[in-house]
Amino acid sequence: MLIEVDGVSHTYGDGPLARTVLRDVSVRMTEHRIGVIGANGSGKSTFARLLNGLVLPTAGTVRVDGHDTRTDGRAVRRRVGFCFTDPDAQIVMPTVREDVAFGLRRRGLAKHEVAARVGAALAAYDLAGHADHPAHLLSGGQKQLLALASVLVTEPALLVMDEPTTLLDLRNARRVARVVADLPMPVVLLTHHLDLLADFDRVLVFEAGRIVHDGPPAEAVATYRDLMTRDQP
Amino acid sequence: MGLFHPGTSLVHRVPAGVKLAALCAAGIGSVFAATPVGVSAYLAAAVLVLVVARVPGRALVRQLRPVLVFVVVLAVFHALVSGPGRAYVVVGMLLALVLLATALTMTTPTSALVDVVVRVAGPLRRVGVDPERLGLLLALGLRAIPVVLGLAGEVRDAQRARGLGASPRAFAVPLIVRSLRHADRVGEALAARGIDD
Amino acid sequence: MTPTSPARPARDLALVATMAGLMAALGLVPAIAPFGGAVPITAQSMGAMLAGALLGPRLGSASMALFLGLVALGLPLLSGGRGGLGAFAGPSIGYLVGFVAGAFVVGWLTHRLAVRPGGRYVLATGIVVNVVGGVALLYLLGVPATAWRADLSLGTATVAALAFVPGDLIKAVVAAVIARGVYAAYPGLGPAPRPRPRAAADA
Repeated sequence: MLIEVDGVSHTYGDGPLARTVLRDVSVRMTEHRIGVIGANGSGKSTFARLLNGLVLPTAGTVRVDGHDTRTDGRAVRRRVGFCFTDPDAQIVMPTVREDVAFGLRRRGLAKHEVAARVGAALAAYDLAGHADHPAHLLSGGQKQLLALASVLVTEPALLVMDEPTTLLDLRNARRVARVVADLPMPVVLLTHHLDLLADFDRVLVFEAGRIVHDGPPAEAVATYRDLMTRDQP
Repeated sequence: MGLFHPGTSLVHRVPAGVKLAALCAAGIGSVFAATPVGVSAYLAAAVLVLVVARVPGRALVRQLRPVLVFVVVLAVFHALVSGPGRAYVVVGMLLALVLLATALTMTTPTSALVDVVVRVAGPLRRVGVDPERLGLLLALGLRAIPVVLGLAGEVRDAQRARGLGASPRAFAVPLIVRSLRHADRVGEALAARGIDD
Repeated sequence: MTPTSPARPARDLALVATMAGLMAALGLVPAIAPFGGAVPITAQSMGAMLAGALLGPRLGSASMALFLGLVALGLPLLSGGRGGLGAFAGPSIGYLVGFVAGAFVVGWLTHRLAVRPGGRYVLATGIVVNVVGGVALLYLLGVPATAWRADLSLGTATVAALAFVPGDLIKAVVAAVIARGVYAAYPGLGPAPRPRPRAAADA
């Protein structure tokens, strides 16, 4: 897996309401576990959305395994799974089983193939007992596991996660973290839970739309803590 | 959620598409059966369906209560203006059709009806309607209801916590704004899952 | 979300579904129900005005059609917990159809008349638009349908419906006040700006 972000800037809106959230960001990523940290509004959320073409940069290019997100968005989204903060917005189908099957059905897989893969995914994330329940009856932790299962069942080559544990209590956050740790594919994880990054290969620190630090987790986290406790200019 | 009452009766086992077709036929037929005998036959058929389906009486009454009150008012009105025979035909037929439609709803799971809709919409593909998208929209709607109801609960609690009265504006504006933000996130999640590809 | 976001159709789907959900939430607001409660005054006719005013003609009317579709599939979403195909066989069928037509007309008029460039919603115009599309049109469809389903003369049905007019006029005003609040708090509503040349947008 090779992610190339090259000279990317991004501005939302235009005129007096324009808001620039990324400024000339360039980075090449090949590692297995990549953490992204930064304050709210630092640009890290937009950075994550660049990686599967949800946001197209106003300047610069983003390529995933050579596929440009601007010209080849469909191929990129098939490779890159995306897990959001709020599982309620991510679970789009009324029942647990239907939601896991959703992404597979859209790929034109045979019915028995879909059923087998959905069954396996439900079992893997302890959701088999809730398969035909309405999604809104699940607990917060179960909802996030369901959101994750629905993404992973399509077997993405890369998983991008935007603060998946922010809305969870400590126990459920640890549970999701354990699931993430065991995943075979590369992961880009945005988080405020700094302890989740201890075993990561590389951590990027965002501040005011730029990458201000790039290195192993211990020093990245130290830089970030220093940045957050410094007085506001 | 839903008015479906699970069961194993004959009415439950008839395929959803057949039941819908029968209801449509009954609706069209009612125009030609507007006589005391015809209405009696319709009412008898409706009651028979409900008995065979073993629809629980309490749930049925809950659904029919508003219509029943209206039916009584209407019956009195017609009896006074145009005689009891006319009253029976008008009110009886209305009641029979409502009973039949309610019987279908109570014996057919929502997902089976969604499947019928997607199947029936198949030919509409030629005029630009995508049946798969129609099914998706229905599923999204089913999913959105509990989420928005949850948001409504949160907004109401926030209103109470701040000691605000039950002003519709202080309730509706935050609820709608939260719902629109939720819709933005759902749209993003759908795009991430390849809906636009 | 932004001019460069490719997420438009997905967001449209989500908006339509969410507005249908909001309509269901409005059904929980208790209804005033004279005339036997068969055609209750509900907050839901306000929902049709809001759907049009906030989402515009296409998405607004689609959200109302989806709402009715969900009711037809057996969800007890009409105020008072009614639902299923039975609701469509009853005397309020004209008002149900009026939700879709009303949302379209209110949306069309709102986008043309009540929203200033920059997304400001003009209250007075909004009220007039709601009265035309959300009240007058609703009765135009609702009254003849009640007359047909209940075999009443148009005159009798009209007199019976008059009892609801004051309530619906109040709702047209409340819906406009709510719409103005939402337009102010949630930027990006209103008619889509004319697409600018891509080169300029990407520069």
